[in-house]
Amino acid sequence: MSATDAVSATDAVSATDAVSATPSGRVEPAALFRYVLRLADLSLVLGQRLGEWVGHAPALEEDLGLANVALDLIGQARLLLSYAGEVEGLGRDEDDIAFLREQGQYLNPVLVEQPNGDFGQTIVRQVLIDAFQLELYERLQTGTDERLAAVAAKSVKEVRYHLRYSSGWLVRLGDGTLESHARVQSALHALWPYTVELFAEDELDRAMADGGVAPPLADVHAAWLARIDAILAAATLERPPERAYSWHGKRGQHSEHLGYILAEMQHLQRAYPEARW
Amino acid sequence: MNLAPDPARAAAARPSADTAAERRLAVAWAALACVEDPEIPAVSIVDLGLIRGVDLRPDGALEVRLSPTYVGCPATNVIRRAVEAALRDAGAGHFVVTSVLSPPWSSDWISAEGRRKLELYGIVPPQHSAASLREVLRESRPIACPRCHSIDTDCLSEFGSTPCKALHRCRACLEPFEYFKCI
Repeated sequence: MSATDAVSATDAVSATDAVSATPSGRVEPAALFRYVLRLADLSLVLGQRLGEWVGHAPALEEDLGLANVALDLIGQARLLLSYAGEVEGLGRDEDDIAFLREQGQYLNPVLVEQPNGDFGQTIVRQVLIDAFQLELYERLQTGTDERLAAVAAKSVKEVRYHLRYSSGWLVRLGDGTLESHARVQSALHALWPYTVELFAEDELDRAMADGGVAPPLADVHAAWLARIDAILAAATLERPPERAYSWHGKRGQHSEHLGYILAEMQHLQRAYPEARW
Repeated sequence: MNLAPDPARAAAARPSADTAAERRLAVAWAALACVEDPEIPAVSIVDLGLIRGVDLRPDGALEVRLSPTYVGCPATNVIRRAVEAALRDAGAGHFVVTSVLSPPWSSDWISAEGRRKLELYGIVPPQHSAASLREVLRESRPIACPRCHSIDTDCLSEFGSTPCKALHRCRACLEPFEYFKCI
């Protein structure tokens, strides 16, 4: 992370991070806005990343597979960003929020902005996130926020197919040749430390859990770990040891990779403001 | 609404009001039944279960409730525009098309007629209920080939030409075919 990243991230974080559930059990709009952005940005950034594979995947079938997963993720992001705009109440639509925010205002976990690497590394990242979204959305469906519950109920059906696709490939690669096994095991070691952030509960996560909007992250973590362990066992892969938590993408502090993604994704809207198809 | 209706007046007013309203609803449904899915032209959006309801609102507008199949499906906007054009052409009067997310669309809602048309078109319809979707991660029952009905088939790609379909191949007749996933 560069010095400028750290500065912009701190600016973005300080003003709005003190949140709490109101006594009625409902959550404050400003807190809900930030929470919805976390979910939306995860989907948006990963969808954008997967889109880089279009025309470059190892086979046409994987080109289609990754592109379709990307499409579903962008679809989730659109629903969530539109909702975030309504919660915020300043008249911003999905495009304003996607294309006109700075890096420090993006609240996705750092894992999803990591480079695609080879196909194996993309698949490892995808398994880790698909299983996370599956366990999170399963629980968000029954949350107290109707819109989030509806988006989760819709999306979880698709996420099951994402995990079916990614875990199928991870098993094939892990339990494949010496070369494919070594590559995905090494990708797993490289990406595992970033998973800590997914489950590191902060005051915003707690406020959502207290308000009944979202599940406690500890529950999601336990279910995720059980699912991941089963997939890794089938793939003959070893789960890396836990490492200290050091990333705060959910609070706007990103790795050096996000800036490049945004530069590409936002270029058109920045160069030609309000351009429409 | 807490307006206590005068039973006599309501009964007297009913037949004609109902006929006019019913006629408009029938016109709307007939128009919607002619809107094809842009990705699967053989099947109408009514057959696919995308129309969640058509109601006459108190303000006189027809409300058509429409569900997307997949959240990122690029056909969603095309379908919406086709619905609006069909209702306009049919003279359905003032209408609004609303998007319904919850409960989420399910392949269980594809009608028997829709399934038959899919099969004729060469797309294998969903083979089981979405209630079994929890099993999606493990499930790998063979899908019978729509041409020669052999079950010696395998999955080439979990995602086919659209998110809702997977690409399979028949090892008996060697033809590829698409399977409409259960969701």
